[in-house]
Amino acid sequence: MAEILHGIFIGPLRDMAASPAFLIEVLLGGLFTGLMYSLVALGFVLIFKASGVFNFAQGVMVLFAALTLVGLMERGMPVAVALILTMAVMVALAFVIERVVLRPLVNQEAIILFMATIGLNFFLEGFGELLWGANVKKLDVGIPDRSFVVAGVQINQLEMSAAATAAVLVAVLAVFFQRTRIGRALRAVADDHEAALSIGIPLKTIWLIVWSVAGLVAIVAGIMWGAKSGVQFSLSLVALKALPVLILGGFTSVPGAIVGGLIVGVGEKLGEVYWGPLVGGAIENWFAYVVALVFLLFRPQGLFGERIIERV
Amino acid sequence: MSRPSAGPLLEVDNVSVRFGALLALSGVSLSIQPKEILAIIGPNGAGKTTLLNVISGFYHPYEGRILFEGRDRTRLSPPDVAELGVARTFQNVALFKGMTVLDNLMTGRLLKMGGHFLLDAVWWGPAKRQELANRAFVERLIDFLEIQAIRKTLAGKLPYGLQKRVELGRALAAEPKLLLLDEPMAGMNVEEKEDMSRFILDVNGEFGTTIALIEHDMGVVMDISDRVAVLDYGRKIADGPPEQVRKDSAVLDAYLGASHG
Repeated sequence: MAEILHGIFIGPLRDMAASPAFLIEVLLGGLFTGLMYSLVALGFVLIFKASGVFNFAQGVMVLFAALTLVGLMERGMPVAVALILTMAVMVALAFVIERVVLRPLVNQEAIILFMATIGLNFFLEGFGELLWGANVKKLDVGIPDRSFVVAGVQINQLEMSAAATAAVLVAVLAVFFQRTRIGRALRAVADDHEAALSIGIPLKTIWLIVWSVAGLVAIVAGIMWGAKSGVQFSLSLVALKALPVLILGGFTSVPGAIVGGLIVGVGEKLGEVYWGPLVGGAIENWFAYVVALVFLLFRPQGLFGERIIERV
Repeated sequence: MSRPSAGPLLEVDNVSVRFGALLALSGVSLSIQPKEILAIIGPNGAGKTTLLNVISGFYHPYEGRILFEGRDRTRLSPPDVAELGVARTFQNVALFKGMTVLDNLMTGRLLKMGGHFLLDAVWWGPAKRQELANRAFVERLIDFLEIQAIRKTLAGKLPYGLQKRVELGRALAAEPKLLLLDEPMAGMNVEEKEDMSRFILDVNGEFGTTIALIEHDMGVVMDISDRVAVLDYGRKIADGPPEQVRKDSAVLDAYLGASHG
């Protein structure tokens, strides 16, 4: 008994203290993974806030964006051109989604819109493979996957560049939504559709904007994830990890999505490395869901969410 | 009151609205003259709110026309109607509950902020100047409505009476030509009703805003309106000055449910 308790509470902490450089490496790795979860979760939150739609297809949008980028680059386009084209594709996709999926279903129950995004999920998955093929692709954006050592800590150049990009993106989005009129209009729409309409906010434009932004966020997430582990179908499964992140951070909170992602990323890495051996590993796979369960039991609105999660 | 030569600001021409088998409005014609205060009254389910929803573009009639400043506006969407200069409040208060009072009013002024939505992010300077100019207007509005003390309070946290006042403020922030108020005094105590009546009269008097309102309190209706239109079962049964409508036998029937002498 004492041995088990020691293994749970003391042993891992002693391991951490024994090699701080390794601990920092684990933390950095966790933060990086967490950032990717955050980016996917961010796409969810934007769309959910503005339209009350839980977009099941967010993960596939990440895959689709990465596939498009790689596909264009394979056809000999320079990274910059391919990137701009991919952005255009994602905005066009937002336009089509608003037109074909959202507009005919306006005023329907949230669950119906949710089902529609499941359909969208399957469509994008198939369409992406049809266009670009189903085999695993390597995404090379010109940043070498090399590590250098600072004060005994290994730092991966690719991960750092990706993290910096994501941080800049989040900052830009924050300014965009806090400081511009669109931000105010977006919050208004999230708060009360009817009232927003009555003061002249065009819902369609707002939806187009949030789906476009979610598409652009998906590109960044797709690049980060794709450069790390190749562009393949499993990318879209990242979205599943974004669910616990959302439960942790709150479905309606942008900071929540970011903090939630980081907590989940760091938590699962620490758990895997230091506590994993106790249970034979694979903590990484279920850690996030257990955290989500605990939150659902004790704080269902998440860390930053509104108290009542209810939409009409 | 109004200049009779100018023609009506808004004309509802033989409008019918149907929800499935239910005829919510049938052949209603009504005109709203510039600068007047029109009260729309009627028993529950008479179609008053439906009429307001048709005017503000939330419902579209299956028959009839809506003319605003003489032009056909029957099938516009709510944001387009708002752009024409029609602002409204809702029966059950539809404020942006998660925003402060100030932000609610600023949001109400969105349409008055020129330039393009997206360019804001890029042309930082002009956007900033605009924001300040509009902020000044909203601050005057806050003074006018005597809500200085709650300007930084979240709208959802306010008591009901104040929420109604803030909602009026949000509608006024757009400097509307036509203001539609759906039961602005519902659920208020006498004092709050007096305040609201005074604001409505002041808005009409000082800004010359045309107002159409739905109200159940007959005392208030008789006091503040220039004209009263009465709906019953989706039809207009009376239309005229308050003292005349008060004596109308069809109106008495509708309200008291019986035939009178």
